[in-house]
Order: sequence, then C-alpha cells, then structure tokens
Amino acid sequence: MAQTSTMSITLNVNGSDYPLQIEPRVSLLDALREFIGLTGTKKGCNQGACGACTVLVDGNRINSCLTLAAQYQGVSIQTVEGLAHGGTDSSPSEELHPLQSAFVKHDGFQCGYCTPGQLCSALGMLAEYKNGVPSAVCETVCNQPKLTNEEIRERMSGNLCRCGAYNGIVAAIEEYAGKDFMDNKPATREGAR
Amino acid sequence: MKNFKYSVADSLDSAKTALMERSNCRIIGGGTNLIDLMRENIEQPDEIVDVSRLSKQIQQLDDGALRIDAAVKNTELANHPKVRENFPVLSHAIVYGASGQIRNVATVAGNIMQRTRCMYFYDDAAACNKRVPGSGCDAINGINRGHAIFGTSTSCIATHPSDMCIALRILDTKINLESSKGKRTVDFADFHRLPGDTPHLETDLMPGEIITSIDIAHSARGSSTYRKIRDRSSYAFALVSVACILSIKDEIVEDIAIALGGVAHKPWRADILESYLRGTPATEGRFKEAIDREMEAAVGFKHNEFKIELTKRTIFSVLSELKTEENSK
Repeated sequence: MAQTSTMSITLNVNGSDYPLQIEPRVSLLDALREFIGLTGTKKGCNQGACGACTVLVDGNRINSCLTLAAQYQGVSIQTVEGLAHGGTDSSPSEELHPLQSAFVKHDGFQCGYCTPGQLCSALGMLAEYKNGVPSAVCETVCNQPKLTNEEIRERMSGNLCRCGAYNGIVAAIEEYAGKDFMDNKPATREGAR
Repeated sequence: MKNFKYSVADSLDSAKTALMERSNCRIIGGGTNLIDLMRENIEQPDEIVDVSRLSKQIQQLDDGALRIDAAVKNTELANHPKVRENFPVLSHAIVYGASGQIRNVATVAGNIMQRTRCMYFYDDAAACNKRVPGSGCDAINGINRGHAIFGTSTSCIATHPSDMCIALRILDTKINLESSKGKRTVDFADFHRLPGDTPHLETDLMPGEIITSIDIAHSARGSSTYRKIRDRSSYAFALVSVACILSIKDEIVEDIAIALGGVAHKPWRADILESYLRGTPATEGRFKEAIDREMEAAVGFKHNEFKIELTKRTIFSVLSELKTEENSK
C-alpha cells in the first residue's frame, strides 16, 4: 500500500487563509468544523442527501460533505459565518445579510439546524438562476423562466428541513429575491466577509 | 473511510501514468459518488489522482458534433447555450438528476461512471455479486422495488442510476478514452454492460484507461423531452424515466429515438419500439402495439412488478405529448 500521511493545504474561507495539516480523507465539511472551528456549517446526513453542509465555492453552492478538503485549495470558500456584514472572528457580526433577515422575518426555521445550508444554498441558487441555469420544472430549457414559488422549491430540493419550515423558507427567498436580486444586484452582498 | 494518498494531475499524461503505474489508484473528478462509496468502505483506493483541473472545454467539431471534456460539471453542461439549443433533452435530463449542489460538482465522466444505488450494494452485511463477486445477490429475493426489469441476470438486478446517460443514449454519443497505451473511441451504446455473471464489471473501461471526453450528435431530429417518474417530486432516483426524440411528418413517424432509465443495468434503448414505429402512421393504436412489443422482454420481481405497467404508461404519455408538439409545428 502507498505511504499515507497528512498533507499541508491552505483553505481560503470567508476571505481568510487557513493553513492546515490534514489527512487526505478529511472532507471539506470536517475541515471547516473540526480543524478551522467554523461550526456554522452543519453535518446532517454526511452523504449529500440533506444539504445542511452547503457552502459556496467561488459563489457556487456545493455539499461540503461530499468533497475532500484537499480538492478546494486555491478557491474562495464562503460559509454562513461569512454572510453577515462587518463580523470578525472575535466580534460576531452585528448586521445580518438581508437573506438572513428575511429568514427571521418569515420564520424560515424552527430548530435552525438546516438554516446555514438553506442560506448558502439559496444564495447559490439565485446566482444560478441569474446565470440562466434551467431547472426540471422549466417549460423549456431554452428560455429563462420566472422565479415562481414552484421554481424556488424545485431548485432548493437539495435542502431538507425536518421541522418543515418550507413555507417560511420560500417566502424569505421570494422577498430577498424581489428586493435584492430581481433588480440585478449581486446575489451575494459586496463587502460581505 | 480508509486513508489514502492524494495528488493533483497537472496533465492528462500524468493522470494516465499514475493509473498505469500505481496499483489500486482511482481518479476523482467531483467525487460526489466516489467519496460516498469510500465512506461506506465499498471503494477503498490506496491513491487518488484528482483530474478535476484538467481541460473543461465544450467545443463544436467540424462535423457538427459537440465535444464535451470529461471534467465539465453537470450544471455547466446543462446550461451551455449549444446544449440548450441543439440538445435540449440532455439539459432537461441533467436538471432532473441529483440536486443543484451535486450538479455543480459532479463531472460528465463521473456521471457516466457512477455506480448503482442498490441498497444491498451499499450494505456490506448483504450479499452482493457486484461488491464481492460470487457472494450472491440479496436483492433478487429482497426489497427490490427500485430494481431492473430488463436485462437482469441471476447474479444481479441493479439499475444504472443516471439521468444524463439516458439522454446520451439517444444522442449518438461516443466516448473518447485514453491510456498510456493509446487512444480509442467507443459507442456509448457499448460502454455500459449488462450484469450477466460478472456484475462487478460495469463498463468497457480497461485498466489504466481514462475518459477524456464525449462527443454528442443527433441523427434523430424532431421534438424531444425527458420524463422522470419518482417517489417524490424532486431529488430522487428514477423509478422509470424516458428520453425521447420524435419526428412526425404527414402523420408518419419520420424518426424516433427512445431510451429508458431506472429499468436496467445500463441505459436501455427501446430498439424494438423504434423499429416498429419508424416509417408508419403515428397513431395511438400503433404506439400501444409498439410499447407492448418492447415490454415483452420485461420481467418484474416481487416488489417492482409495477414498473412494467408504469413504463408502458410513461412511454405512451411521452409519445402522445411529442406527437401533439410535432402536429402543432
């Protein structure tokens, strides 16, 4: 068997570099939670079924449980900790990202365990929509559909909420998309760390 | 998960060399299936070579075919303007598969190479000829609701889980392969295997070979769609799926290509149905006759007998929808 040991990698998370000495088998999810200490990203099923571990990589949403941390060097990783404005490691953020505020307003959660994944997934989903990515409920893949309630539910189907807060989640996304997205502002806030 | 050695391939040559020279070495694209299998100890490589940084181009060839590099992500392929315009059935099939998060990471080659989601394959306490050749198949007399009805054997009744591959099966797809010994191209139709008595051999990929790209074309023209029937409305594997291109001229079936998912160990092309309908009147009666002929070879098991009728109805619904679309042109 080949010699296996730890390896040195650097992950860029929420704008900061984190040098790590890890085994190749460590997932991005475990690197974030257990090695960097960013426990906002949650471990649900650990097999890509629930979406609780969703983070943004260069703005694209991915399941951090189904990836090796070593695969994600040299890219920009954003977790739920990076969404609110003005926060630092030592001083928690004061100003929520507008999507977070919309989740609070619309009761987009109960226990909150799926929420970090829902937030990151929704931001990635809106960026995909803006980029013209079709969905399974589009009438045709050739035309950009309206961002209906049905479209949001289909595009968010990789995120489960066992409390069943789906109506609130969709309402929050609709409000945020209407205010901050549909008028062509970026899906993730500029200046968010 | 067993630990392993990880390296990044900076060129196709280095990936080919690694595969040829090192034993028990696997390549990783997105890893959405491989990492899951490694976590369950079904795959236990000693080394992993990351090929996700190799070429990710989608380009039109001189003969009109589209060449898609192996490391292209599923989302990127589904959203490519030429795919959406010229091969909408492929875009459609891709977005019916997995979730947005997985499609952003999963590669084209990884999608083709993904392994069955048979629960007995995943459960290392169960007998599975695919996981441990010669150990038996607990699915045949087990809970086999999601299993195959075409091309099964006494060794294995697992299905291929891909949606994308069902569309590729009707797009005259070719797979380009390379190893340190040379290059070759195989028809997509011949790439995946039926289980026979060697269900652990799932594809035509030889040791040391790597998928470098696929070429898609389509001789069949007309209206197309992908229909997927599953236990919930999104993010579930197919019980039955249908990819179809249908062309009708003067009420005659000018051309048809149709493939079925969720029903066999490989994407299942409905050749019998196609040849029965091609060049004949596009009537509902003939649709039903063609479907019955195709389905004569289907064999159900205790829990998946329903798939036979479900497949018939799904195909009929798709043909009727596409006929209406063709007639309105």
